[in-house]
Amino acid sequence: MNFKKILPQLLTLVVVIIVFGFFSYNAQVNMENRGITFGYGFLTQESSFDVQFSLIEYDGSHSYFRAYLVGLLNTILVSVIGIIFATIIGVIVGIARLSSNYLIERTAAIYVEFFRNIPLLLQIFFWYFAALRALPLPEKAEPMFGVFFLTIKGFFVPAFVWNNLDIFIYSVIAAIVAIVFVRLYAKKKQENQGIQTPVLLISIGLLIILPLLSFLLGGVDASIQIPVIEQLSKTSFTYKGGLKLPPELISLALALSLYTATFIAECVRAGVQGVSKGQKEAAASIGLTPNQVLKLVVMPQALRIIIPPTTNQYLNLTKNSSLAAAIAYPDLVLVFAGTALMQTGRAIEIVSITMLTYLTLSITISIFMNWYNKKIAIKEK
Amino acid sequence: MNKLNFLSPDKNNLYAYLYSGISLLSLSILIVFLNSFFSLDLTSFLPGTISYFLPLIIGFIGLHLIRIEYSGIKFLDIINKNINTNNFNALLSLLIIFAVIKSLPPLLSWFIIDANFAGDSKDACSGSGACWAYIKTWFNRFMYGMYPNAEQWRINLSFIALAFLGGVGFFATEKFKKYLTLYYVVVYPVIAFLFIFFFISGGPIFFDFSYGIIAAVISIVIGFFIPSKFKMYYFLIIPITIYILLKYVFFYEELIELGKIQAFEWVETGAWGGLSLTFIVSFFCLIFCFPVGLFLSLGRRSDLPIIKYISIGFIEFWRGVPLITVLFMSSVMFPMFLPEDMFIDKLVRVIIAISLFEAAYVAEVIRGGLQALPRGQYDAAKSLGMGYWKMHIFVILPQALKLVIPGIANTFLALVKDTPLIFVVGLLEIVGMLNLAKTNPEWLGFAMEGYVFASIVFFIICYAMSKYSYNLEQKYKTER
Repeated sequence: MNFKKILPQLLTLVVVIIVFGFFSYNAQVNMENRGITFGYGFLTQESSFDVQFSLIEYDGSHSYFRAYLVGLLNTILVSVIGIIFATIIGVIVGIARLSSNYLIERTAAIYVEFFRNIPLLLQIFFWYFAALRALPLPEKAEPMFGVFFLTIKGFFVPAFVWNNLDIFIYSVIAAIVAIVFVRLYAKKKQENQGIQTPVLLISIGLLIILPLLSFLLGGVDASIQIPVIEQLSKTSFTYKGGLKLPPELISLALALSLYTATFIAECVRAGVQGVSKGQKEAAASIGLTPNQVLKLVVMPQALRIIIPPTTNQYLNLTKNSSLAAAIAYPDLVLVFAGTALMQTGRAIEIVSITMLTYLTLSITISIFMNWYNKKIAIKEK
Repeated sequence: MNKLNFLSPDKNNLYAYLYSGISLLSLSILIVFLNSFFSLDLTSFLPGTISYFLPLIIGFIGLHLIRIEYSGIKFLDIINKNINTNNFNALLSLLIIFAVIKSLPPLLSWFIIDANFAGDSKDACSGSGACWAYIKTWFNRFMYGMYPNAEQWRINLSFIALAFLGGVGFFATEKFKKYLTLYYVVVYPVIAFLFIFFFISGGPIFFDFSYGIIAAVISIVIGFFIPSKFKMYYFLIIPITIYILLKYVFFYEELIELGKIQAFEWVETGAWGGLSLTFIVSFFCLIFCFPVGLFLSLGRRSDLPIIKYISIGFIEFWRGVPLITVLFMSSVMFPMFLPEDMFIDKLVRVIIAISLFEAAYVAEVIRGGLQALPRGQYDAAKSLGMGYWKMHIFVILPQALKLVIPGIANTFLALVKDTPLIFVVGLLEIVGMLNLAKTNPEWLGFAMEGYVFASIVFFIICYAMSKYSYNLEQKYKTER
C-alpha cells in the first residue's frame, strides 16, 4: 500500500461520510422541529383507510402493515400477469421476426418499433382513459362465450368456489416435487446408461393424476360461479358473483405486457440468431432428427443468450408496475408511499421501506440469475 | 398439353395455374376490399359462416395454385419466396393482408375523413371521427405548459440558439476537432444552463454561481500563458483564490445590487410544462448522467476497495428501485435532509434525481464496454508508461465508448421515455398537460385524440433517436 492508493480512498470515504452526516443531522433537526420521532412503530397502528382492490381481507380497521401487504400482493399480482403475457407475446413476436415470410417479419417489426418507442406511462393512460372507457356499460355488455363480461366497470369472469382448497394446493405441490425428482432421476439415467425417459409425458400425467386424486379421495369440491347482472339503483348495474378484474388492473397488465414484450422479442431474436449455423449442421450430420436438433442443440445454446437479458426485462416490468400509481391501481407505491404516507406524514420511514422492498426483490432475482448463469455457462477447460 | 393436376401445380401448365390462381386471389382480395370500403357483401347469398371464411378459402387456393418453383417469371418467384413458401405461410400472409384492408377504412375515417379540423370549441366537433380542433386549441399548452403566452419567444429563442450551438460540432474543422469533447462536456452545459436560467426562467443578472463562473473563466484565460510544468498546481490554487477574492473582497456589495436586476419577467418552474419541459428535463439529465455514469463505471472497476464498493453500492441501489419511488423520495423525503432555510427548486431536484438514476444504468453499460476490451490494451498502454488517467483517456475509453454506443443510446431513449413520470412531483410535461386538458369541463371526452397526438410526438422523437444511434454505430464500427 502506498500513499497514492490510500489518499483517493480516504478522500472518497470522508466525502461520503460528510454527506451522510449532513443529511442525517438535518433530518434529526427537522424531525425535532416538527415533533416527529423516528421509528417504525406506526406499522401496527390502525390504518383507517380503504383499498378498492385487495387479494387479502382488508379494511380500515387493519394495521398499516397489512396495508403494506395488500399493496405488495397487488404489485406481485400485476407483475406475474404481465410477465406471463409479455413472455407469450414476446416469444411469438421474436420468432415472427425471424420468419422468412416478408409480411410476418414486417408486421412483427412494426409492432416492436411502435410499442417500444412510446413511453409506458402514455400507453397505460391510453388503455385506461381512452380505450377501456369505450367499453359498454354493464347492462349493455355482450357476454363472451356466455360467461365473460367485458364492461367499463371491469372484466367479470366466472369464479371457482372451493371446498377444502388447501388439500388441492398440497396435491399440486406434491405433483411438482414429484416431477422434480423424476427429472433428476431421468437425467441420471441418461448420463449413466444413455436411456431417455419420457419425462414430459410422466410430468403431465403426474400433474393431472395427483390433483384428480385429491378430488376423488380428499373431499375437494369445486363449482363454477357465473357472474349475474344485478341492479344497484335505477341506472346503476353491476355483476354479482364471479370474479371482477378492475379496469385499472387490465389496462396496467395490458400496457406492461405489450411494452415489455417488444424487448423480450428482441432478446429472443438475438438469442436464436446467436446460435451459429454450423451447430445445426453438425447436429444434423450426426443423425439427430430436426426435433432433437432443436431440443438438444439449438435451444440450450439460445436460452443461454436469451435468459439473462430477459430476466432483466422481468425486473424492469416489476419496477415499471409502480406506474400503477398514475391510474390509481392500489399497488405498493399507491397504497403505501401514497395514501399511508399522506396519513402518517412519515416520509423517511415509508419511502425507505418502499425502496427497500423493491431493492430486495431485484437483488434476490439478480443473485438467483447470477447463480443460474454460472450454472448454464459454458465450462471451458 | 399435360393433364392439369390442381393438387400439385407444376411448371408444365404454368399459365393455366397462374391465371386461375391469380384470378382467385384477386377475387378474394376484391371481396374483402368491397366489404370493408363500401360495405358491399358479395357473398351474402351463402350461409353466414361460409360467407365469412370464403375470401380466406379462395385466396388460399389461389396462393396454392401459383406456388410453382423456378417458374422463370421473376415477379412470381419473388412472391413465392417471400410470402408463399408453404401452406402455413400462405395462410398467415392472407390473414395479414385481409387485416390491413379491413382496418384501413375505420382508421382513415377516424383520422381524416370524419375528423374535424376547424373550430375552437367543443361544438365544432360533431363528427364520429377525431377532433383535431381540440389539439389545435390546446397546442400552445401542450408545447409550453402554463408559460405566459407573451413570453414564449424566450423558450423558442433559447432552443434555437442551443440547437445551433449544439450543431457546431458538425462544422468544426480538423484543427478544432480535438477541443470538441471539452466543448460538449464542459462549455456547452454551462452555456445551456445560462440560457435556461436567464432566458426561460428570467433569473437575475447576477446570482451565486456567477462568482464561480467568472473565476473559472479568468483562470482558464490566464492558464493559457502558464508553462505546462506548473499547470496542475495553478489550476488547484488559482480558481479558488479568485473566487474568494471576488466574493468577499472586490465586488461584494456591488454584485449584490446587480443581483436584484432582472432582464426578463421571472417565470417560476411550476409554470413550465409541455413538450418544452420534456426537452429541458431530458437534455439536462442526459448531460449530467453521462459523466457521473462514466466515473461510476471506472470506480466499479477500480483496484481500490473502498471506491469499488461505494460505486457498486451506489449503482445497485439506483438500479434496484423504480424511478417513481426515486421521484417520491426527491419530493417528500429529500426536503427533510436539508437545513430548514435551504430550498432547492422542484425542477432541479427532479433533474438531479433522474440524472443519478440514469447514471447507474449508463455506468453498467459502459462497464460492459470496458470489460469487452482485451487485457492487452491495458498492458500495452501501461508499458508505454501511461498513468491511470492517461491510459483511460487516450487508450481505453475511446475504444470502450465506441463499443457501447447502442447501449448508451438505449439508456438515453429510456430517459426520454421516463420524463412523463415527473407528474409525480406536480410538474406537467406533455403527458401531464394532456391529463390536465382532459379534465377541462369545456373539453371533456377527447382523451383519445390527446393520447394519439402525444404518442405520435414521442414516436417521432424516439424513432429518430434510435435510427440516429444506429447510424452512429455503423459509422464507428471498427473491425476487431
